[in-house]
Amino acid sequence: MGIQTLSRRTFVFGSAAVAGGIAFGSYSELAQAATADDNPLAAGLSPNSVTFNPWVEISPEKITLIAQHADIGQGVGSVQPIMIAEEMDLDPGQFDVRFAGPSPAYFNTGFADEFAPFVAADQSAAAEEARAKTLEWLRKSGLQMTGGSSTVPDTYEKLRGAGAVARETLKAAAAKRTGIAVAELRTQSGKVILPDGKTIAYVDLAADAAKIPPVLDAKPRDPSKWRMLGKPMKRLDIRAKVMGELKFGIDQKMDGMLYASVKLNPAKGQPLKSYDASKARAMPGVKKILEIKNGVAVIATNSWYAMKAVDAIACEWAPSAYPAEQAGHWKVLESSFKPEFLGKEWKKIGDIDAGLKTGKLVEAEYRAPYVGHQPLEPLNGIGLVTDKGMEIWVGHQSPRFVQDVAAKAIGLKPEQITFHNQWTGGSFGHRLEYENVRVLAEIANQMKGTPIKLVFSREEDFLQDIPRQIAIARHRGSVDNSKIVSADLSLASTTPLKGLLERSGTPSKDPDGQLAAGLWNVYYDIPHFRATSYEAQGLSPSTTWRSVGASTSGFFTESFIDELIHAAGLDPMKARIAMCNVPHYRKVLETVAEMSDWKGPLGNGRGRGVAFVESFGTPVAEVVEVSKTERGIRIDKVWIAADVGKVMDPVNFENQVQGGVIWGLGHAINCELTYAKGAVQQTNYNHHEAMRIYQCPVIEVRGLENDPKVRGVGEPPVPPAAPALANAIFAATGQRIREMPFNKFIDFV
Amino acid sequence: MIELTVNGTKHQVDVVPEMPLLWVLRDELGITSPKYGCGVAQCGACTVQIDGAAVRSCQAHIGDLAGKSVVTLEGLENRDQNPVIKAWIEHQVPQCGYCQTGQIMQAISLLGLIDKPTDEDINEVMAGNLCRCGTYPRIRTAIHAAAAKMAEK
Repeated sequence: MGIQTLSRRTFVFGSAAVAGGIAFGSYSELAQAATADDNPLAAGLSPNSVTFNPWVEISPEKITLIAQHADIGQGVGSVQPIMIAEEMDLDPGQFDVRFAGPSPAYFNTGFADEFAPFVAADQSAAAEEARAKTLEWLRKSGLQMTGGSSTVPDTYEKLRGAGAVARETLKAAAAKRTGIAVAELRTQSGKVILPDGKTIAYVDLAADAAKIPPVLDAKPRDPSKWRMLGKPMKRLDIRAKVMGELKFGIDQKMDGMLYASVKLNPAKGQPLKSYDASKARAMPGVKKILEIKNGVAVIATNSWYAMKAVDAIACEWAPSAYPAEQAGHWKVLESSFKPEFLGKEWKKIGDIDAGLKTGKLVEAEYRAPYVGHQPLEPLNGIGLVTDKGMEIWVGHQSPRFVQDVAAKAIGLKPEQITFHNQWTGGSFGHRLEYENVRVLAEIANQMKGTPIKLVFSREEDFLQDIPRQIAIARHRGSVDNSKIVSADLSLASTTPLKGLLERSGTPSKDPDGQLAAGLWNVYYDIPHFRATSYEAQGLSPSTTWRSVGASTSGFFTESFIDELIHAAGLDPMKARIAMCNVPHYRKVLETVAEMSDWKGPLGNGRGRGVAFVESFGTPVAEVVEVSKTERGIRIDKVWIAADVGKVMDPVNFENQVQGGVIWGLGHAINCELTYAKGAVQQTNYNHHEAMRIYQCPVIEVRGLENDPKVRGVGEPPVPPAAPALANAIFAATGQRIREMPFNKFIDFV
Repeated sequence: MIELTVNGTKHQVDVVPEMPLLWVLRDELGITSPKYGCGVAQCGACTVQIDGAAVRSCQAHIGDLAGKSVVTLEGLENRDQNPVIKAWIEHQVPQCGYCQTGQIMQAISLLGLIDKPTDEDINEVMAGNLCRCGTYPRIRTAIHAAAAKMAEK
């Protein structure tokens, strides 16, 4: 197993440490390389069926396309099969969609850009070489993960390549059967069309196609020929979701299944000391009380019985390894700006010390709290352990790590874990973590032979939710002669990516690269610049939360840039456009200026703020407009432009971008998780609700296609939202808010 | 045994009377469009109709429902042709989709009360339905579109 062996080494993100090897010339070569030898579909193939690569399977009955990633609401279950269907000349309705099982063949090529130590706009030969090496390492490690806004960047080349190979091989099979030259054959709507107009359905060619080698030099079509991609699409999952017919993981049922709920030590990761279940044992529906590694579980005949009974168990817990009270967390961060906690000096331009002494000095401190993921579908899963191994039905973003974690929990080998991915009711980073997987494995192992459905109560989900990083930034800079002379950006933070990797069984000793996101990739001409991260120790575990490092750093950086611009007496939009040193990024700012008809201050208690952040390679600019009302600040309108190189589906693009803005604004306004006695104090949505419909502004979206690479859009709209709002509030009220959530400092309608 | 009518069919369930309707529907009857989100009437994902009114099924105890008629999204009459359902599909409202069955049941209730809701009406009646993906702009559009379609008839 690739991940098993490579996890013995460190999980590396620097070019120097990346395993060497021959880089692929293009991603489509890569797609074609994954054929019979390492194609996970080959093993389960029924008679007279064919698979050309890990994404296409054709039997005499049906065509199945594999969605490589997990669907967490971003539309994977639609756009990924449609990328294949576009090339295969298949129409919606002519194929089934299945989620990929665990296999190194599904490694994520999209992480190559994010993991290589160069900023996204750097397309130099050195940067591209590092990315190629990172890609090779990803291939070797078989890192199968949904994340980093890579739904399209990972699969744009390889799925179209996979579809083209399927199409051309089917044509070759038809040519062999009929004796007609391939050049005279066409394909349309799941059929090969002969010159006389007769047709052969793909499913009728499956057995023939299995007998010939796949046509590996098939080329994807030019985008100008696309029938579906790039045009407004109907997402394949919409109807089933609207009709209430789509089964999420939590909706699945097995014969003879029992229900489980758990109570785990709210001091995350610490053990159970003792418990008293006498009351719970006598409650209705209860079948069994189980002790597990760090808590207790109840097995019952109904989820609600299990939740009620587990609630009635009195537990004594070991204390937390991190400070019990929230004030202690902030204190640790405050004292982390020291050499011994240095993560990395990510960038240094000019002479920062001299720069800071030139002109007027500006200093500011910013804070961002822990926040929760809390997708509406709580953590759950179904597990069945037998003598052979474990079967697990759970929605998760890292199939191979699920195997590792479940196996480790109950002493099995990863290959003994059969994983079935599920549709999920959101994630935002939650379903990259493993608490439900580990706990489910332990419970199912104690209930051998009985399928167990585990559902976390919302309260338990909040208590065990590994939060977004907490961070403090201390930024300094100077302005002189109506110009920004210097910016010295530094932050202390917990480490989301390192934490996730450690819990995935692949610990890294390298600095957490996500602390640089939004901190070092600043595309303004500032003569003296430095970006430094410090990694706070001994705090709450933290993990990736929609847009990860940039969700906090973007707020810090773009708020501070705004402060410098105001100190220099400049217009926030014009100054950003003038300073922006990447031409097509500047275009993103110019676009949002044009969309919002930016003309400077509005007056009359209204204000506008702008922010620009590149994350996961996608540059995004947002303008937020607010008004001061008697009931507080009202967010009236948002304009947003993002350059993703190519928009796959303008409808879903708009929906994702609007959702990202709402995610960014809602949490910036309303949300924090705070610790007391080692446990988070917010345990349901009334304490952590983010945005509801009455706070939601009108959001106008535009997608640009100037970037030379195809980029993702799930996360990048998030980071600019909070600073654009804070900058707008400053413009409307003169009040500079430097800490999230903003409702601690100002009221909102 | 407790008897109740769901989507026009009578069922007998052997559970305690305190059990919330939500868990009877989901775990006893296998009706899964009402979703568990919060359990405390903070998210609206479990919304169903009881005697025609939109209710959070996590708050309705099964023992209090004798003689009442429960309708879930699965049981809506002529569901395919329901203007709210049609507008939701037409405007592609869902992302993850988990909250949407509750949103739709609430929107149907809204349009039963107010023919032509204003943005303020929508804000008020839909405020209890949380969407973590942020589909609110499309929810608003779909409600206005459904209202317009209903007015044509």
